[in-house]
Amino acid sequence: MSDHVSPVGLYLTIFSALMILTGVTVAAAYLNLGLFNFPVAMVIAGFKASLVVWYFMHVKYQSHLTKLTVATGLFFLTILLGMSLIDYVSRGPAFSVTPRPINADSVIDKR
Amino acid sequence: MSNAVAQADHGHAHAAHHPALQHHFDTMSQQKEAAVIGMWLFLLTEILFFGGLFVAYMIYRVWYFDAFAEASRRLSLFWGGLNTAVLIGSSLTMALAVRAAQTNNRKWTVNWLVLTMVLGCVFLGVKVIEYEDKFANYEVPGANYNWLYHEQHAAAGGEHGDAAVPPAAAEGHRQLSLTPQQLQNTTQIYFSLYFTMTGLHALHMIIGVGLMSVITWMAWKGRFDAQYYTPVEMSGLYWHFVDIVWIFLFPLLYLVERHQ
Repeated sequence: MSDHVSPVGLYLTIFSALMILTGVTVAAAYLNLGLFNFPVAMVIAGFKASLVVWYFMHVKYQSHLTKLTVATGLFFLTILLGMSLIDYVSRGPAFSVTPRPINADSVIDKR
Repeated sequence: MSNAVAQADHGHAHAAHHPALQHHFDTMSQQKEAAVIGMWLFLLTEILFFGGLFVAYMIYRVWYFDAFAEASRRLSLFWGGLNTAVLIGSSLTMALAVRAAQTNNRKWTVNWLVLTMVLGCVFLGVKVIEYEDKFANYEVPGANYNWLYHEQHAAAGGEHGDAAVPPAAAEGHRQLSLTPQQLQNTTQIYFSLYFTMTGLHALHMIIGVGLMSVITWMAWKGRFDAQYYTPVEMSGLYWHFVDIVWIFLFPLLYLVERHQ
């Protein structure tokens, strides 16, 4: 049977780690890390999510087939996020937030 | 006759195995693994379901970063942080409910499940408080949306003290690249995503609490034991998934450029 019974202490440790990491996320958001604020927040969130998946959701104790199923989901999520963002971000600022006057000259490019 | 032997064997096997073992599975562990993989496949569709919203969020965040940074400050870090703690706590109680089911402890399976539902309802209650604040401050996208209302109201000494920085400080703390009219337009995109993502998450919470009330009733009736607790474990997987979604929503929605 795959029924691994985790000790209560492990669950409490994971819970404490998740709470501490939440505090770290908030604290990091108040530091000026420049470009790294966003990656740091996402790395911490990703680590917290991994703890939940691995220990609370018992993926650690599941078969290779189940692990592969979980990994497949992450793979397709990466494609969804990665490919979409590569497409949009590489086009440059798609919308200028500066309002442009709408008149005949600006609608039809007469160059 | 071999057929008769097979029949007899089959009858014998039925007498020996667990009553919860379905006819088309050989063993309990095979049945359990089928359920686990099936549940994970469902969660994968959920991951991609939320994934579409995360993509929309990321693209608009890149395009209208300043608007997102300004609008994010309108959320209360206190309520957001409290809800994160409540949800992580409910994941712990859910994990302990599964553990109690694994160890044949009917009483604590029920207790932990009830506590998980209570924490889920606390989360939803806090969400109601937050949404109510957004409605009261005209921060719900639509015809009545008014970006400036909050600061004018705070200047007049309003009771919504959460993000109540005096307008002067609000102007001074960072270089605003957007005019009030641009903020009026672009921050609605942020709040549209805020309500869609947290609303869909809250819907999952409501479904989760409903699911768990059925599981709690089944546990109360003594339907589970150490060999068969699959429904408890499956609703646990669902609950933890909803928790993970919030783990990402919290920094994305509440913590955009807080440091400036």
